[in-house]
Amino acid sequence: MDVAIEIMSAICLLIGSFLCVSGGVGVLRFPDFYTRMHAVGVTDTLGAGMILIGLMLQSQDILVIAKLVMILLMTLFINPTASHALAKAAIHNGLKPVLDNKERNNTESESSSR
Amino acid sequence: MKDLIAVVMLAGIYGLLSACFFVAMDAVDVAFTEASVGAGISTLLMLVAITITGRSEETTRHKPALAFFVVVITGGLLIYGTIDMPYVGAVDAPIQIHVAPRYINGSMQEVGVPNIVTSVLASYRGFDTFGEAVVIFTAGIGVLTLLPLARSRKDDDAIESLNESMHEQHMIVRIVTKMLIPFILLFALYVQFHGDYGPGGGFQAGVIFAAAIILYAMLFGLATARRVINQTFIQFIAAFGVLLYGSVGIVSLLNGGHFLDYSVLLADPIAGQHLGILLIELGVGCTVTSVIVIIFFHFAGHKEDKQNMKNEGAR
Amino acid sequence: MLIGATLAILVVMILAIIRGIIGPTLYDRILAVNMFGTKTVLLIALLGFVMGRPEFLDIAIVYALINFISVVGVLRYSDSFAFKQPAEENQPEEP
Repeated sequence: MDVAIEIMSAICLLIGSFLCVSGGVGVLRFPDFYTRMHAVGVTDTLGAGMILIGLMLQSQDILVIAKLVMILLMTLFINPTASHALAKAAIHNGLKPVLDNKERNNTESESSSR
Repeated sequence: MKDLIAVVMLAGIYGLLSACFFVAMDAVDVAFTEASVGAGISTLLMLVAITITGRSEETTRHKPALAFFVVVITGGLLIYGTIDMPYVGAVDAPIQIHVAPRYINGSMQEVGVPNIVTSVLASYRGFDTFGEAVVIFTAGIGVLTLLPLARSRKDDDAIESLNESMHEQHMIVRIVTKMLIPFILLFALYVQFHGDYGPGGGFQAGVIFAAAIILYAMLFGLATARRVINQTFIQFIAAFGVLLYGSVGIVSLLNGGHFLDYSVLLADPIAGQHLGILLIELGVGCTVTSVIVIIFFHFAGHKEDKQNMKNEGAR
Repeated sequence: MLIGATLAILVVMILAIIRGIIGPTLYDRILAVNMFGTKTVLLIALLGFVMGRPEFLDIAIVYALINFISVVGVLRYSDSFAFKQPAEENQPEEP
């Protein structure tokens, strides 16, 4: 039983780490703000959730599990909200997404003009 | 980097990073303070300050090369100084043999608080902490003096209409915030009163409490927040915290002990210490909360006043 | 496994710092700070387990809250920068 829980926890941690790293790579490699934000926003929530679930499986103390559940709930609430607000503020303030047929330097010129 | 908001963002990252260092070095209470003050509130206050002063840095006339030279020399000397420092965790380091063993060995019998940091901060070094509370209070007075809020009723309405138009769009954030604020307040109270047993205490709790109020003020408008928290009331609370702290000291003087010697507060010295630490942490929490709220209200209110005046001029 | 996850989080934090430093627009930087904040929460939780001191979780909770507050603050005030011009243009139309 212990071994099963250990393996499940390891799998959760592994998935979480992989998602976080892929988000990190995405935020560095993607061409414009909105694609970067999608990389972070999607992977952050699931990756963080996976890692927290993996930690929950490892802990015996009920208080520790309760705190982890609190962090998980907060992450689930806060991350999408923050991403939403960020995207909304960006589009509201006139940051245009880079489209396929446009030049890459669109964002650069816009950021320098602002 | 000329864009000051970017600088503030990087400073926020730095705050988060240094708290990671503190956690890795096992300094939980310091990490807690850095988390709430360094990464959270100071970023916010700097942002609000930027809204008053303007976003981009003015071109300066001083020589950057000279400044860089001075910084490099100073930094080099400081790094040179660290060569003489003992290794981290060395047994014969001065920090290990000076007063630390006394605190670690005596804290449980003399103060009876499981968290030694709290016992050092609030009991052994109570006078220093009193000084810190007074410094924060002084900062609040300074802001009150420099940025006066002279507003009439009409301005309040104008601000409100401005806020209404500005916040109509933040629907999702507002709803989530509404759900989160009670948790933040509850957590602040937990930090405040759990400081004896785990990381936490008055400073951190005060900052978290103030952060909840600031969050409310940011999303629901300053005028609404001012209606919840009266300006006079918050100023009273700021003074009340320092007074509570000081009067605990006076009471212990009157009971025949030293200033801020909590053992004489009650018949049982340990219970007296507990009561004293609880009271002074409460005082610190009150002062920190109200001073940060005052600073935020004045900074943000100043900006909205200025915007209003501009609007009046445009009409 | 815990240590592996911690290292992964550290790598992501470095990537986020790079994006925060080079990020061309302001929003990239906010995004980097937000991401860094979530990763700090995870790192502190993981470090608490690695070092066997679960009371670190209190700090992680503070981070989760503070992170949200600072992102909202940044958005609120970066909004008001961009709003300055339209707000002034709209003014004469109001009674």
